[in-house]
Amino acid sequence: MTDSKYFTTTKKGEIFELKAELNSDKKEKKKEAVKKVIASMTVGKDVSALFPDVVNCMQTDNLELKKLVYLYLMNYAKSQPDMAIMAVNTFVKDCEDPNPLIRALAVRTMGCIRVDKITEYLCEPLRKCLKDEDPYVRKTAAVCVAKLHDINAQLVEDQGFLDTLKDLISDSNPMVVANAVAALSEIAESHPNSNLLDLNPQTINKLLTALNECTEWGQIFILDCLANYTPRDDRESQSICERVTPRLSHANSAVVLSAVKVLMKFMEMLPKDLDYYGTLLKKLAPPLVTLLSAEPELQYVALRNINLIVQRRPEILKHEMKVFFVKYNDPIYVKLEKLDIMIRLASQANIAQVLAELKEYATEVDVDFVRKAVRAIGRCAIKVEQSAERCVSTLLDLIQTKVNYVVQEAIVVIKDIFRKYPNKYESVIATLCENLDSLDEPEARAAMIWIVGEYAERIDNADELLESFLEGFHDESTQVQLQLLTAIVKLFLKKPTETQELVQQVLSLATQDSDNPDLRDRGYIYWRLLSTDPVAAKEVVLAEKPLISEETDLIEPTLLEELICHIGTLASVYHKPPSAFVEGSRGVQHKRLPGSAGSGESVDSPDPGSAAGASEAPPAVIPSQGDLLGDLLNLDLTPPTTTGPPPAPSSGMQLGAMDLLGGGLDSLMGDESEPLGGDLGGGAAMGAGFGAAPAAMPASFSAPVSGGLDDLFDLGGGVGMPMGAYSPPKTIWLPAMKAKGLEISGTFARRAGVIQMEMTLTNKAMSVMTDFAIQFNRNSFGLAPAGPLQILTPLSPNQSIEASLPLSTVGPVMKMEPLTNLQVAVKNNIDVFYFSCQYPISMLFVEDGKMERQVFLATWKDIPNDNESQFQIKDCHLSSDATSNKLQGSNVFTIAKRTVEGQDMLYQSMKLTNGIWVLAELRVQTGNPNYTVSLKCRAPEVSQCVFQSYEAMLKN
Amino acid sequence: MIHSLFLVNASGDIFLEKHWKSVVSRSVCDYFFEAQERATEPENVPPVIPTPHHYLISVLRHRIYFVAVIQSEVPPLFVIEFLHRVVDTFQDYFGVCTEAAIKDNVVVVYELLEEMLDNGFPLATESNILKELIKPPTILRTMVNTITGSTNVGEQLPTGQLSVVPWRRTGVKYTNNEAYFDVVEEIDAIIDKSGSTITAEIQGVIDACVKLTGMPDLTLSFMNPRLLDDVSFHPCVRFKRWEAERILSFIPPDGNFRLLSYHVSSQNLVAIPVYVKHNITFREGSSQGRFDLTLGPKQTMGKAVESVLVSSQLPRGVLNANLNPSQGTYTFDPVTKMLSWDVGKINPQKLPSLKGTMSLQAGASKPDENPTINIQLKIQQMAISGLKVNRLDMYGEKYKPFKGIKYMTKAGKFQVRT
Repeated sequence: MTDSKYFTTTKKGEIFELKAELNSDKKEKKKEAVKKVIASMTVGKDVSALFPDVVNCMQTDNLELKKLVYLYLMNYAKSQPDMAIMAVNTFVKDCEDPNPLIRALAVRTMGCIRVDKITEYLCEPLRKCLKDEDPYVRKTAAVCVAKLHDINAQLVEDQGFLDTLKDLISDSNPMVVANAVAALSEIAESHPNSNLLDLNPQTINKLLTALNECTEWGQIFILDCLANYTPRDDRESQSICERVTPRLSHANSAVVLSAVKVLMKFMEMLPKDLDYYGTLLKKLAPPLVTLLSAEPELQYVALRNINLIVQRRPEILKHEMKVFFVKYNDPIYVKLEKLDIMIRLASQANIAQVLAELKEYATEVDVDFVRKAVRAIGRCAIKVEQSAERCVSTLLDLIQTKVNYVVQEAIVVIKDIFRKYPNKYESVIATLCENLDSLDEPEARAAMIWIVGEYAERIDNADELLESFLEGFHDESTQVQLQLLTAIVKLFLKKPTETQELVQQVLSLATQDSDNPDLRDRGYIYWRLLSTDPVAAKEVVLAEKPLISEETDLIEPTLLEELICHIGTLASVYHKPPSAFVEGSRGVQHKRLPGSAGSGESVDSPDPGSAAGASEAPPAVIPSQGDLLGDLLNLDLTPPTTTGPPPAPSSGMQLGAMDLLGGGLDSLMGDESEPLGGDLGGGAAMGAGFGAAPAAMPASFSAPVSGGLDDLFDLGGGVGMPMGAYSPPKTIWLPAMKAKGLEISGTFARRAGVIQMEMTLTNKAMSVMTDFAIQFNRNSFGLAPAGPLQILTPLSPNQSIEASLPLSTVGPVMKMEPLTNLQVAVKNNIDVFYFSCQYPISMLFVEDGKMERQVFLATWKDIPNDNESQFQIKDCHLSSDATSNKLQGSNVFTIAKRTVEGQDMLYQSMKLTNGIWVLAELRVQTGNPNYTVSLKCRAPEVSQCVFQSYEAMLKN
Repeated sequence: MIHSLFLVNASGDIFLEKHWKSVVSRSVCDYFFEAQERATEPENVPPVIPTPHHYLISVLRHRIYFVAVIQSEVPPLFVIEFLHRVVDTFQDYFGVCTEAAIKDNVVVVYELLEEMLDNGFPLATESNILKELIKPPTILRTMVNTITGSTNVGEQLPTGQLSVVPWRRTGVKYTNNEAYFDVVEEIDAIIDKSGSTITAEIQGVIDACVKLTGMPDLTLSFMNPRLLDDVSFHPCVRFKRWEAERILSFIPPDGNFRLLSYHVSSQNLVAIPVYVKHNITFREGSSQGRFDLTLGPKQTMGKAVESVLVSSQLPRGVLNANLNPSQGTYTFDPVTKMLSWDVGKINPQKLPSLKGTMSLQAGASKPDENPTINIQLKIQQMAISGLKVNRLDMYGEKYKPFKGIKYMTKAGKFQVRT
């Protein structure tokens, strides 16, 4: 007789039969029936029709039956709210029961019934239970407050439950304290600024006392809460650390990792010369190593965290390299993580061991893992200079195996080794060239071509090799095509005499026969460069390259600091700040490590004596393309127009191009040369190409050319304008009176996907103003200037100047009130001025905000109704189609339209720059100037702003 | 906190779901199934899977995936540890943790899950307490319950739950008072081609079975506590006493529990109990390969090495193996290419060996990969780290308990590269 019998009946009259059994007089039969109902519920059958019958069974002395009925209630109360009221009386009665088990059960279950009407009845019993004499009831009630807050936050605040909860932190029973902390932490998550968990030395002391005595789960809650505290000084910090260290020996790995988090954070405040600091460092290693002997999924989470820890404090695990050696039956996700950490820990002392291991891995079966292992060898070479030679010879050994994917990976990493140690290992080029034919992956082909181009002067048959690649030019991927183009140009500059034909061929392939704008533009640039000033061309193309150095995949120091504060959480698994992925990111506070005692307030510059390598000297990472070009060319990089380039007058351009190409090559090639020129049919395309890639323009262009280009840019900017995105009229942000004569008025606009802050600066003072600069305070959506404020000329008295500042949305985030408030500081030679302004939220609607129909439907259903808000837009006289067009201009996309009884319903979606989706239903009735808009969003705070934008967009 | 739990069987059906907050549609598991499809082996499904609105954290135990759904930032280890606890509890209650067992006891399962979490917060996860709240099903009790209509749910608040020793209930009574401790050590090691140790470490545990009346207070001391520098304790162990005197002092839970687990790291010298001589070769152009393996005891302190099982994943190109064991039996699965050899006991006078040929696909090239050899073994009456219990004392109760300590060494992940 087992429970599986409950699963067997699938007859039609089942519900009917159950109903009869539930109403039976026999207790036993009733219980069996309820069990059957529960079993059906677990497998997803709908048994909600039995609601009244099941609730009738609730009044019973049999605890098991009561529990079963409660289980049922929790599942179905939401769909039958009126019926659920029937149960209230029993709950209230049970809350008075002499048995604490029943009292606790009642208050616990009541909190799980997510029906508004019931919550009202819950308040009184809950208040009593929070003060119950029995700690079991109190701890259950504490969790119940969190449940209630989830259903109706306002009610909890009005009833003063939060204060009661705070009082429970001082409860005599450690389990009650732990649950109160857990409940408060959960509530605080939805109220980032509420300061619910007001941590002070007294509460910390209470928490630390409770920590020793509560359950393992309670310890996790308390430790996570402790991690948010900032100690006053290093003494307090040390005393907390001392009381937390015993947790490192706990059997529960979550407790261990939470304790590690607290220690890693508070350690920052300890002076490095303190004995205790060294002791603590030593104590941290064993528990981390132990985590690695646990089950694979625990290992995975541990490894992701260890990856952070070794970047912040490599000294903790520097002697533990061996525990990261890969076992051949580890799951692949564990293998890859271990490999990553091995490289981070690699040093001169252990490199021999590491290399031997990596070589072993390179002969394993799993292709992904083998590839990563080969790549790791290359990373070791770059990281540990002394080992470079050994790494290269290991790689050559691997190339000898002729295993296709191993060879390809090896070539890719050897290219990086060449970039790090130029002119050192070129002797291996011959071996590499032998494997030319086996390369079929774009990355490997591109790497090989790069090597041939870079060392063309040492490879006798470089031209033949490159020519062989050129045959299938159009079938290659873009990466290979670009590399081939560059390599041939390099070859040409090095050996101009023999390779003219080749360069001509590749230039025409790139510019005429290709549709890829990047390729075409690069082709034209080289072409022009070669024809205008071959010497400059040589300087540009064959310039000495910055060396790549150290590790290229280190986490950026500020992010790392933040992640260290989140050890053990999802953020630490994904290596992303919580604000980047936590749903709705309700203005998540960025956490920072506290500064060390020596360095005072400056968190950014830890004291120079510290041993933490990663933070004090941020390793030179390969500069991103933008920076490099900025330095190199000193060009104004501001608005890279992404709108379609204007059609250039083809004949004029064609002539120009002809001229350009005619001249220059002679000087490079001497008398033997035949002028390049030929068919210049691609002239129009050329103009277009220039329009789209302003950033790649070398500075050494002659004046008229660049003048022409400027015109093109202007045109491009002009084309971007009539996109139709709504932009409010300029208002005065900073009156002259308040800013010693500087008046700023401005507005925001979104052009071609870039948010622009457009300002008019007027000088109403008597003296000239110069040296303008601008800065933003942290704000709700992370708006920040994408470049410096470009005001090049001094502003003389009574003069006005227009400035447009492109904004990015990757700045620091802090929730503002109102949400779209932006605090700005503007500096000039006179003083610094502050003002605040509000931007229309429609600036933040991104271009890809159009949701799939299906997704829209699903999301609309998925967002709870409580998040819906409705607004009226008065006096609007647009037809529904016109409305839809108008809104589309501002990236509000109409997904569907439905007409019901003369009403047009428009379903619209928009997406904010931080990934929040807003769904809207707009009801337009012909003849009625009042529209109704319903907004649904997971972050309901934005609804009000969105509505205001709606009104503004429609009425302008 | 933890929102929901789905149990998924090997064929990809959700056979149980439980929600602690609002109901999450089971369609959320589609993301899990996608990840499952991408993974080559069932074990390779990543433990943390992000979906647009939720995170799925899963463990695979007894061929059942336990998939937890969370919505906000919750420590993943917290969830994984909890899932382990769920698995342990099921095993504890039903003897096995299988789909059939769970379905047979679905009501108990539901009652248990409800008792273990409240609103996603762990409530009662100690098996002692759970057993007082919900009695485990036994054949006898099921029969009695069916006849008398009595219940298997405890009516009273478990006594231990709020005391200072939440892991022990009061009023425990036994006629035979006994306390047994098992010291079990597993060696994890990687041995390279030439037979030298690349890495070796020991994972040890002390499992206890304590059946003592009343509230006994035990102390356990070791001959060589210095070995234990990396330990994780059961919450009952008094940490201060350990720090100061290196003595384990505790009021034990009732019944079976793990007193401590420890780790002897690779920096200490770890004894390797067996050696392997191997010669696995393939020749270019030949469709035959040679296989030659001999085992022998190494550092065993005179104890016998038993229950030896050798297994190896041979290269994909191997069609069949024709081998000759000097003792025991071997099997080769031509589909998975898994070779396993059940050796039994190693006799130091006559070393076990397995010799013969492997046939390759005709014309196929020589396999690139070198097979790794996995070894399982047992050594009774010895802890390979050398750990020894000095004495066990009991305070607080008057009777004289029966005490026993057993040692055992096993191979954990013991791998020999070829």
